[in-house]
Amino acid sequence: MMREVYITETNCITPLGFNVKSNIEAVVNGKTGIQQHEDSSLMPMPFYASIINNEELNSAFEKISTSKKYSRLEKMMILALEPIIKNSGIELNSKTAFILSTTKGNVTALQNDSEESFQNAHLDVLAKNVSDFFGFITQPIVISNACVSGILAVSIAKRMIQSELYDNVFIIAGDEVSEFVLSGFNSFQAMSDLPCKPYSKNRTGVSLGEAAAAVLVSAEAKNAKIKVIGDSSINDANHISGPSRTGEGLFRSIQNALKEAQIDTDKLDYISAHGTATPFNDEMEAIALSRLGLQTVPVNSLKGFYGHTLGASGLLETVIAIESTNQNMLFESIGFDEIGVSEEINIIQKNEVKNIEFFLKTASGFGGCNTAVVFEKVKSN
Amino acid sequence: MTQNKTYIHDYITIQNNEIVLNGTSVFKIDPTDFADFSKQAYRNFEIQYPKFFKMDALSKLAFLGSELLLSPITVADKENNIALILANKSSSLDTDVKYQESLSNKEDYFPSPAVFVYTLPNICLGEISIRHQLKSENSFFIFDAFNPEFMSNYSNILLNSNKADVVLCGWVEFFNDNYKAFLCTISSEENLKHKNETINTLYNK
Repeated sequence: MMREVYITETNCITPLGFNVKSNIEAVVNGKTGIQQHEDSSLMPMPFYASIINNEELNSAFEKISTSKKYSRLEKMMILALEPIIKNSGIELNSKTAFILSTTKGNVTALQNDSEESFQNAHLDVLAKNVSDFFGFITQPIVISNACVSGILAVSIAKRMIQSELYDNVFIIAGDEVSEFVLSGFNSFQAMSDLPCKPYSKNRTGVSLGEAAAAVLVSAEAKNAKIKVIGDSSINDANHISGPSRTGEGLFRSIQNALKEAQIDTDKLDYISAHGTATPFNDEMEAIALSRLGLQTVPVNSLKGFYGHTLGASGLLETVIAIESTNQNMLFESIGFDEIGVSEEINIIQKNEVKNIEFFLKTASGFGGCNTAVVFEKVKSN
Repeated sequence: MTQNKTYIHDYITIQNNEIVLNGTSVFKIDPTDFADFSKQAYRNFEIQYPKFFKMDALSKLAFLGSELLLSPITVADKENNIALILANKSSSLDTDVKYQESLSNKEDYFPSPAVFVYTLPNICLGEISIRHQLKSENSFFIFDAFNPEFMSNYSNILLNSNKADVVLCGWVEFFNDNYKAFLCTISSEENLKHKNETINTLYNK
């Protein structure tokens, strides 16, 4: 008998709030974190992004530590993890793993030429800094798999728990808005000149964002918020910087995840999709969902609230989707107006009460990677 | 989860201008830089894949190692469920540093998408997947040093849960012309060639 796997704690640090409750309030009220910014140290021209206020971040951090040695991203990550480690009461022993997911980590450290700063740009150093703050005794596991990193971490944590290597896995996923990433997406002409509009006819690209999200994945059913019942992560084997036109990797990832979960497509009540609002990504997702017969399942992208938070996005969006499920409410896919993908899919246009038993989370990213994870609501005792 | 026994099938090491396959040196040249070494290796093995020349160094390193392990075992027009599990210390920092340098000149500010795309360590997994048409599980990990215990445990999980038939796992480290690749193929199919070895002993050979 395979062990069952649950998520028992969640938290997030975003421009919409520094805990799950404040984030849900903002999302329910249709408030977005995306704003226009003028900051030539980030971008030569004004741009739209979802950015955490530094004063709020520093003042929140000062409440848990007086240390000055942490980077901005490290503060976000520590703030996200701190309450869930405390609440859980889990002993950080040899059966407790720590996964850190990120796309670019402390890449801003490269702006400074010093050797010390260069060391800080290493992802294992970032993971050690965060791990040592809490005193994990197992070696940190860093996942850096582009934009699927955050949700891939859930899948890997589930597998490690099922194999009985660990009983508990804390995951932190985080990424920052930086000149590095802004210029890169801009060089691909993938940036939207307005707040992003996932799946819309007039979408022109991504808005970037920053966030840290944290969860505890556990073999323990007590206090479970959701059950993790199937997962898969299949590469397109098609192109390194563009998705497959047929959505093959995503199609197979979802198919495998549903098969493992032992549920049919008609059982899915909700899909929290990737929806970056680039023309190719959204079209690819619509094709994959259509090929699976998922056209009528309500779907949203939360990128309109948070922007694309890269390696954090998959985990942040899972945290929000768990609340959606437990509150039986579908959240509006903000930014959406008129359908702009070739296959009809059921985009959630306004908040709606709906019983949710099963939901699917997906993500796709550079390198042709895709991840799909199926979750089941925990029956209250 | 059922814990079936798994076996190392083939392994390869690339370092110090030399490629060693299953313990035998198959290519060695006089000391040179990696760009030259990788080009000569590509020619030596008569690889026909022009995309190779567009790759960054990390992808070239991972590509060369996987080429010699996967070409004999992948079958065209057939599903090859070979998972890719790679790790390193320096992520994509070699390319990250080059990309960051392109941002520092504000007068001549033309960040290149062709460079930016390689500022992700998992791009090398994408390159290998495209080359061998592997629509399979893949993930890239970062550790401060080669972590044979994790790599071996995670490979076994993928094999035991039937998420992969074969796992290509290993270490592909590249920064500033310092490099080492160690890759091996693992599966549940019995193979006694390396029965007294582990990923760790082979890595340290």
